Amino acid sequence: MDRSNPSGVVGSRATRCDRRGFLRALTALSAGTLGLPSLGADPAKPFLSRPIPSSGEALPIVGLGSWITFNVGNDRVARDACAEVMRNFLDTGGRMIDSSPMYGSSQEVIGYGLAKLGGPPRFFSADKVWISSGASGRAQIAKSRERWNVSRFDLVAVHNLLSWQEHLPTLFAMKSAGEVRYVGVTTSEGRRHEEIETIMRRHPLDFIQVSYSAVERDVEARILPLARDRGIAVVINRPFREGALIRAMKRHPLPSWASEADCANWAEFLLKFIVSHPAVTCAIPATTRVDHVRENMGACYGRLPDEPMRRRMSAYVEQM
Amino acid sequence: MSEWWTYTLSDFLLFSPRTYHRLFELYNADIWPAQIVTLALGVAALGLLRYPRAGQGRIVAAILAGCWLWVAWAFHWRNYATINWAAIYFAGAFVLEALFFIVIGVVRSALAFESPSAAPYRIGCAVILFALIVQPLVGPLLGRGWTQVEVFGAAPDPTAVATLGLLLTARGRTSWMLWTIPVLWCVLSGAVLWTMESPDAFVMPAAALLAVAIGWSAKHRTG
Repeated sequence: MDRSNPSGVVGSRATRCDRRGFLRALTALSAGTLGLPSLGADPAKPFLSRPIPSSGEALPIVGLGSWITFNVGNDRVARDACAEVMRNFLDTGGRMIDSSPMYGSSQEVIGYGLAKLGGPPRFFSADKVWISSGASGRAQIAKSRERWNVSRFDLVAVHNLLSWQEHLPTLFAMKSAGEVRYVGVTTSEGRRHEEIETIMRRHPLDFIQVSYSAVERDVEARILPLARDRGIAVVINRPFREGALIRAMKRHPLPSWASEADCANWAEFLLKFIVSHPAVTCAIPATTRVDHVRENMGACYGRLPDEPMRRRMSAYVEQM
Repeated sequence: MSEWWTYTLSDFLLFSPRTYHRLFELYNADIWPAQIVTLALGVAALGLLRYPRAGQGRIVAAILAGCWLWVAWAFHWRNYATINWAAIYFAGAFVLEALFFIVIGVVRSALAFESPSAAPYRIGCAVILFALIVQPLVGPLLGRGWTQVEVFGAAPDPTAVATLGLLLTARGRTSWMLWTIPVLWCVLSGAVLWTMESPDAFVMPAAALLAVAIGWSAKHRTG
């Protein structure tokens, strides 16, 4: 694929349209790409997904993270609760589930949930390699696969750029051999952006994962535009800043104008701000609660805010 | 780790407060009634300090070594490690502390205790009593369930605090090796609880500070 125009039809239309038109085109394309899931399958409110630029494969704009929330050890009750979160996530059309060997027992808990749900066919497995030794990368990925109980991962990224110089060649070789479908790198909390930029320019990445929210917008300046230029999918971690942002916002009323972007609650408001950025592919909020995952998935429906609305949303959150 | 100054303690916290406290609930259920045995051993060690007998130092050291070994294996290795990959290193540190007690206290018989009239002795006994009786009540008093109680000899926090109390009662200079791991554990545990915004986060660092300050002062008085 031509990586200068990796989005195919969407990317080429974007060069001719304004941003609002681009978003409408994306919405329409995505609604047509994926079938409507069961929850709130209202034709007036299309289910939103975004194409992975390097393949065109559509991903729902909200995924499921597992940092902290799924690290519950051998607690059977908590594991069952996580499985219910996964069931609701998948039932409402979610696909990307993200984890890392760094997240304690999260990988095993995901494997437990997948087994309990009977091995759902349409999830997108995203994991990471997180080990100093480049020679141990393959073994760690194999161990992670065992924990998830999947034959291969859809995406493997280098976690927090740890030993990326050694891991990336391994991951690209695995991709060539069909052992993994996509390759990426991750960082969080605004760290090492210069280095991630360099990697994005020099290597044919499929994905990056960075932190972004209405109050943490560093990536808007260089990382997100570069991702668009290079045709790299962008996954957003910590969209609620580990819950602190949404807890803070829930003390305030949702503004009436939020309905203009079909936001019914703060989760939808904060997530739609993120995923309405044209370079963002999906956000991966983590939760242990079924009601929260359903709120999060609500952001996959209806209209996305346009650029003036995004500015208004950000200003409102900053003000609060 | 680059840009290390941008990291905060919360970046290293892998689990939620609920998961952490529930870990104790499941652990207590798993090892019951071992808590009664470990608590009895703690009371026995305190009794030996109050009513000395032959081999006092060796027996107390053996009790402490046994408790540190048990916590290393039963708590850190088998339970805490399920939510914190660093717990295998904590297990190693606890085994090391047990070995220090075995070598210094049991093999070399180098652990002797102050007379009951000495101030460090009395403060040390008070610290041990705190670890045996008061510290386990802190969680329930803060609203955590009784099933999540942390007991001396079974849970790391009261074990470390009681060990510091016991070292305060020791006569002469005790090896820095015996002090280091309990003090570090107090700091680490306090940091974890502080990151979880737990109101009792100050207890462990305060216990360590008190023990080190009194131990240091007593050491300088005795020359």
